Parts: sequence; C-alpha cells; structure tokens
Amino acid sequence: MPQAPDTTLAISRPRNTFLKGVGRSLGSAFSVARRDPYAAVGLAIYLAFAVIAIFADQLVHNDPLEILFTPDYDLARNLPPSSEFWLGTTYSGRDIYSQLIMGTRSALIVGLTAAFCVVAIGTVIGLIAGYFRGWVDTALMRLADIALGVPFLPFVIVLAAFLEPSQWNVVIGIALLLWPNSARVIRAQVMSLRERAFVEAARVTGAGPWRILFVHVAPNVLALSFLYASVAVGWAILTEASISFLGFGPSNTVSWGSMLQDAYASQALGRGQYYWFIPPGLCIIAIVVAGFFISRGYEEILFPKLKA
Amino acid sequence: MKYILSRLLHMFLVLWAVGTILFFMFRLMPGTPLAAFIDNTTTVEQQEALIRQFGLDKSLGEQYWLFMTNALQGDLGQSFFFKRPVTEIVMEVLPNTIILTMSSLIVAYIFGALAGAYLAWHRGSWIEGVGIPIALTTRAAPEFWLGMVMLAIFAFGLGWFPAGGANTSGAIFANEWARIFSWDYLSHLALPALTLAIYLQGLPLLLMRSNMLEVLQEEFITMGRMKGLSNRTILLNHAARNALLPVATAFALGIGSAIGGNVVVETVFSWPGIGRLLVNAVAASDYPLAQGAFLIITFVLIIMNFIADITYHLLDPRVRFAASS
Repeated sequence: MPQAPDTTLAISRPRNTFLKGVGRSLGSAFSVARRDPYAAVGLAIYLAFAVIAIFADQLVHNDPLEILFTPDYDLARNLPPSSEFWLGTTYSGRDIYSQLIMGTRSALIVGLTAAFCVVAIGTVIGLIAGYFRGWVDTALMRLADIALGVPFLPFVIVLAAFLEPSQWNVVIGIALLLWPNSARVIRAQVMSLRERAFVEAARVTGAGPWRILFVHVAPNVLALSFLYASVAVGWAILTEASISFLGFGPSNTVSWGSMLQDAYASQALGRGQYYWFIPPGLCIIAIVVAGFFISRGYEEILFPKLKA
Repeated sequence: MKYILSRLLHMFLVLWAVGTILFFMFRLMPGTPLAAFIDNTTTVEQQEALIRQFGLDKSLGEQYWLFMTNALQGDLGQSFFFKRPVTEIVMEVLPNTIILTMSSLIVAYIFGALAGAYLAWHRGSWIEGVGIPIALTTRAAPEFWLGMVMLAIFAFGLGWFPAGGANTSGAIFANEWARIFSWDYLSHLALPALTLAIYLQGLPLLLMRSNMLEVLQEEFITMGRMKGLSNRTILLNHAARNALLPVATAFALGIGSAIGGNVVVETVFSWPGIGRLLVNAVAASDYPLAQGAFLIITFVLIIMNFIADITYHLLDPRVRFAASS
C-alpha cells in the first residue's frame, strides 16, 4: 500500500483515539459487571430485552394489532390466558402476549435513542462549558437553568399534542430538557481535567483547543456519560409510557404505555384482568431498574469513596 | 443577603425566559386555536368576532406584550372551552393538587428518612441487600401503573376505597374546609396519595442512606463512641441530624417537581387537580387554559427551586462560607 500523506494520518488518528475511548468505556461496562453484582444483573436484563426486541418478529404469535376471532367466528374478546393466547386477549380481541413482545422493541428504540441524544448533547455542552469557561460557560449554564425550570412531563405532553403523534416527541422532549443533568457533572469534571499535565502537554505540542477537547479530554469523561445514559434509558421509557397512557402517543404502534392505556380505558381494572395490565408494568420496571443497577455499579467504581 | 438578592434576580430571569418560551410555543404551533369550538353554524362574522375577542387579530409582538403584562397582574386570559377566566379555573383545582402533593410528600419523606437511616445503620446486612433493590424498584415503577394496580386491588377488588374523583358526586358541604376534612374527601384522597408516596419515598430513602454513611465516618461520631454514647443516641442525635439537611432540600425540590409530575396520577384517579386540568385542556385544544395551567406549574417549580437553594444556603454554614469567599 502506498504511504499515506501526513495530513490524513493527522486526521485519522484522533478518530482512532476517540473510537478507542468508546471501546474502552464499553469494555469497562463489562468489567464493571464482573466486579459488581448489581451491574451484572442490570446488564443481563438489558441483554435479555435486546434479544427479545431483535427476534420479536419470530417470537410473536399474531400481529399485535390484528383483531382475532374464535373458531366459531366470535370476536376473541377478553379471553383468559390459554395455550393459544399466553396472556389472553384484549377487549378488542388482540393478542396481549404479542403486544408485550412488540412493545419491547419500541421501548428499546425510544429509550436508547433518547439516552444517546440527551447524553451526546450534555457531554458536548459540558465539555465546551468546562473547557472554555468565561462567558461561554455562563451562557450555557443559564440555558441549563432555564431548561431545568420547565416542568418536564407537562412540556412533553404539550409537545406531543402539538406535533404529529409519534414516539419521537418523547425523544425530542427529553433531549431538550434533560441534558443539563449530565452537562453540569461533565463540566465540573472537565474543569479539573483541563489543569492536568497531559492537557498541558498537548497544548505545548501545538494542538488546537477543539482537538484537545475531543481527542484528549473527551475520552476521560465518557465513563460519566455512560453513567448518565444508563439512567436516561429508563427515564425515556417511563416518559414514553406516561405519554402513551395519557393518550398522546401514536395509535399505530404498540408500546407498553399504549397497552396500559388500552387496559385502563377498556375497564380491565374493574374486570380484574391482571394478566393484561400487570405484565407491561413489570417489563417497564425491569428495564428501568436494570439502568439503575448498571449506574450504581458504575458509581461505586467511579466514586470508590462510598464503597469503604 | 447579597446572595439571596442575586438568586432572586436569577429566579425572575428564569421565570421570564420560561414564560416567553411558553408563549411562543403555544402561538407558533400549527392549527388555529379556535377550531375547537367553531362548528358549521358559526358565520364568518362570528368567527372574526371571536378572533377579536381573544385578541388573536393583533400582531405577535402586541400579543406578547399583552400576555406578559396581564400575566404579571395574575390575568391568564379566558378559557376557550369554559368561557371563564383561566386564573379562576386554575385556582379552583389548585388546592386539590396541593393537598395531594403535600400529604404524599410528607408521608414519603418521613418514611424515607427513617428507612434510609435504618438501612445505613445496617450496612452490609441482609436487610440492606433486600431493602435497596426494593427502593430502586419503587422508583422504577411507572406512577400510573402503580395507581392502576392499587385501583384494581383496593377499589374494584376489595371495594375499600372509591375508584376516582375527589368527592362523591352530589355531596354538599358547608364550606371548603368542611369538604377537605370530610371522611368522603379523605377516603378519595387515600389511594392517589399512597400511590404517589410509594413512588416518592425512594429518593429520600437513598439520599438519607448515603448521607448517613458519609456522616458516620466523621470524627465526631468516633468521638461519640469513645465517650461511650449508646448507638441510639449516636444515630438519632448526632448522625441523623447532620444527614437530614440534603433531604430537606430535596423535599423543597420535590414539591416543585411533584406538582408537575402529578399529571399521570391525577389522570388515573380522576383527581380534579391542575395536572388533569392541563391534560384535558391540551386534549381539547383549549390553549389559554393549557398555557395558564402550565404557567402555574412552572411558577411553583421555579419558586421551589429557589427556596431549596436558599434553605441549603442558610442551613449549611459551609456552603455559606464557600460562596462568600
């Protein structure tokens, strides 16, 4: 292969360092799991749900929105759990088990995208505010105060009502309002990092501020970003469920929140159809708790003082 | 004092900024706000009259100025749907929300602080091994789902509590206080308040526990032990006192966020509070009402953030010293 010119080398190296940083923080997720039982349980739950979401098409028995009929052409309404319908059917004759499986997919998609967006914004803003300080920092932190002054759930409700009903509303709302939490912590971390010798060394070799920031400082805060992301996944899923429950979600996708809304609106509580409204709630709890467990394991390793 | 003034100024700045965002959010969204109650029989003249009546024919700048000056005087406009002042409607339901929020917060924080201190004292035992996952689980459960389970078991299954609302319909009371302290009202309050309390107690519990663990490592605790004080004295008089401060701050913050977060619980239990009002107003495209309810929720949130800031500052001399130096 011909020798690459120096310039491309200089450009490609930072990407590699960054990727290495990402790889390292992913690798550390597994090493955290080895050291902390909470994190191990959390990671196992995540993996289980991921497998269900990926193979959802193979796992379902029916189209989750299909209205089903019994062999003698009656609507399959409110059937109790059986070998054919593992979790029974809904008031409008839909298979609850299939809805539960498909709900995993939409929950994970919303949770992971929202977590990625909010942590990406929070990390970049935290990096910039902490590194440049001065008026940039002041302006960004005022912006953070304003975002924290907006009541979260009401804001997402209004957003969801005004925009087209879609799951992305929740992602937008979370990205717009929840970034200050991670940004503040990362900012504080960057403020101490920028005084370290390796940053000084990079500056001496002539690296520009952006290069220092994203190549040298950023990989060191990725673990913190990961910590916030693991909690944000849960927040996003809880919010999506609440919005769907309040009736502002999309009507053409099945989610755990929309299942619960359907159950509530069709009087499943009065009929005691526990098999309908208990499983989606348990799934939400499991995936949110998994995020908490992972972040706990991370915390004990990032801030070992508490472990003593 | 200087600190309080600067925080106060800062608070007004945030209030103004959020108010402005709200105004433009509600104004720039697609669709005409009047669509909700114009039917086939309204003539063009009537429509124009309506638009004038709500001030929607003015320019955006004029509307913004009117909104701001009116909001400062406590006038949040007229509801499209109820054709009554928004402030009046909001103030009617606000007591219900405050009672629900405060009763559940007080129960949650008393329980949470005690349980947190208890878990910290029993660090490393099986009680902690069971207690912490349970606390985390209650924080992970969606509030509305918890409410649904409560309803299914205690209202529909056992019939111990009514299934929704704040009063049996048709009930008449001498005055507002008689209504609130009536057995009828309290039995309606029990389930939603319990649901919220279960959801809210996780935060003070975990906070109290980690504070206690930190305080228990301090030298004055060792000193207390050396003096031969009993475990109970050390725990209650020395450790818990010092660990309570951040919990008190969280309580103030909790009031602010719970009033906005009550939306789902109020909807599940048909509790006539400000959260349910907001949901219904948004669903009915009643923009002035939605905007007014939203503004009041925001107002409470920001004021509570401010109070939390100030109490923390006043109660902890270390913070005060760090800020002034």
